Amino acid sequence: MSKDVLVINERVQGENPDLTFELIGKAKEIAGILGGSVGVVVIGDLSGTEAFGAADRIYTVEHDALTSGYSSQVWEEAVLAVVESVQPKLILFGTGTIGIDLAGSIAKRVGGPIASYVIDLAVEGDDVVATSQLYGGKLLAESVLEGDTVVASVIAGSFPSEAGKSGGSPEVVSVSAPSSLGSLSLIPGSVKEPDKTGVDITTSDLLVSVGRGVGSQANIEMLQELADAFKVPLSASRPVIDQGWLPKPHQVGKSGKKVKPKVYLAFGISGAPEHLEGMRSSEMIIACNTDPKAPIFEVAHYGTTLDLFDLVPEILEKLEA
Amino acid sequence: MKVRRIEKGGALKIVVGMRQLADLVEELEVADSGVDIDRDFVKFVSNEWDEAALEEALLIKEAVGGEVVVIALDEPDVDQTLYSAIAKGADRAVKIVGVEEGWTPTRLRAQLLSKWLKSEGDWDAFLTGVQAADDLDGQLAGLIGATLGVPHAAVVSKAEPEGSSLRITQELGGGTLSESVATGKVVLGIQAGRQAPRYAPITRIRQAMSTSTIETFDAQEIDLGPGPKVRKIYPPQSKGQATMLDGDPVEVAEKIVELIRAKGLVR
Ligand SMILES: Cc1cc2nc3c(=O)[nH]c(=O)nc-3n(C[C@H](O)[C@H](O)[C@H](O)COP(=O)(O)OP(=O)(O)OC[C@H]3O[C@@H](n4cnc5c(N)ncnc54)[C@H](O)[C@@H]3O)c2cc1C
Repeated sequence: MSKDVLVINERVQGENPDLTFELIGKAKEIAGILGGSVGVVVIGDLSGTEAFGAADRIYTVEHDALTSGYSSQVWEEAVLAVVESVQPKLILFGTGTIGIDLAGSIAKRVGGPIASYVIDLAVEGDDVVATSQLYGGKLLAESVLEGDTVVASVIAGSFPSEAGKSGGSPEVVSVSAPSSLGSLSLIPGSVKEPDKTGVDITTSDLLVSVGRGVGSQANIEMLQELADAFKVPLSASRPVIDQGWLPKPHQVGKSGKKVKPKVYLAFGISGAPEHLEGMRSSEMIIACNTDPKAPIFEVAHYGTTLDLFDLVPEILEKLEA
Repeated sequence: MKVRRIEKGGALKIVVGMRQLADLVEELEVADSGVDIDRDFVKFVSNEWDEAALEEALLIKEAVGGEVVVIALDEPDVDQTLYSAIAKGADRAVKIVGVEEGWTPTRLRAQLLSKWLKSEGDWDAFLTGVQAADDLDGQLAGLIGATLGVPHAAVVSKAEPEGSSLRITQELGGGTLSESVATGKVVLGIQAGRQAPRYAPITRIRQAMSTSTIETFDAQEIDLGPGPKVRKIYPPQSKGQATMLDGDPVEVAEKIVELIRAKGLVR
């Protein structure tokens, strides 16, 4: 078993996610303590690997099945091939689709423990200690990961990405493709870029944003009026979109748009990590939520626990005055 | 009970794994043990993503026929969830009994459900929620897939039948979608169904309670395998970042408009 830290780059196409650099930065710190090195696993599209200069090694797997699209089965077999060859002490996934998809199954297959929703990592003797966010950020859990190989799936925004961006010229190691890639039952197909039509919430200096606390589609009307009064678009959390109350382009967050307005007004949004990922770097966040313990207040600059149905009409009144 | 074998071409037997979870709207307190939440006073509700998985399974059944079986571990108020699944259109409900109360690790869920799936044998797809807010030791779909040696996919927003296969759409983040085709048994972690979960009127749930029975399956001895050793659970140290705006709605509205005006975003 090695003392190496392996970072899985969650990229099927497009740019390398910032999260990979966050993970590389943390991996360097941990590998430094353990006395191991840092490897980045790059699967599929091998362009853009020069960005990983901060790592010691880049591991690639090449196979026809990896040239286009994404299938968890294909990625799992490829990642496992690298893991088996490197035998790392720690494997870092981001809690993105690929992390949610593969971190657990890889841990199961290597027989090591996994911690999900990790926001901090430390080393204690031979063990890795993980701090995780549970219950949508309402509680934290500190757990010890013991074993030759342990796995952590890290929430975006937990570590600075700068430390993972420094230059260098890592060795590129090509790991031979596992034969399992020849017999697939989950066949990769096409990848579709996001729909660019509809409202653009990313360019507005002010956003009025609505969450599930609004309760019903009919109640959205009041928030729409507020957005109209400010002459800005109405944005929303994911459940509002999944309920069909607003179309997808309005969604803020991990699986929606990243926004950075001067002011983000959040009504009835709890502040789950996946939502925060899309808006936490707004210049000023003002949150209205009846639950004083809602995690949104951890990132908000100003807050109120008033009922949105009492507050919104008064803001409208003020604007009309 | 004899299992009806589905012979109709294209018909699929879908199993939906559901579970109860502390209602996140409630105040969650840490138990005296320091390593779990206090379960005595919290309300338990069905995991929202499992409801999306059930909806997707019902849509598949409506399209090609077949059977939807819901299965859950015996947890507080789980009968309500299972009967309401039947009221929405599930054909059978199974409860795994004999599990210790408390915080059930996901890998224990995965192994118990895998035992049942193995004994049942003739299912085509297992659908469950993409995640649950307490699944510290990994998400269920991947763990079941790895336990059974069946391919899996998570963050799925569509599972559409196509002949005897399922065309699967996964969200890769930021709105990018990826498609793959499952030609055999598959395990899916559902992020959202093609439509919002349907509603089961209380009369239908009552009817389900009086006309159907929940089958039971005995939990078996399990080798749990390595997992995170939880040292403590605690509320996040409030960074006290948010300045709370005091006053009645009129006063707070005034302060908010003032803050926005100071940024030059309103006259
Ligand atoms: C892979 C993945 C990707 C995801 N991507 C995204 C994403 O891109 N964007 C996203 O938003 N989520 C995303 N999620 C979902 C995320 O986990 C949360 O479920 C979601 O953000 C919760 O939305 P919410 O805050 O509107 O609802 P809830 O968490 O239900 O919060 C509603 C809030 O409203 C408050 N409230 C209720 N009534 C009132 C009232 N009258 N006045 C004021 N406040 C009130 C409540 O106190 C509560 O805090 C994703 C999840 C997964 C697994």
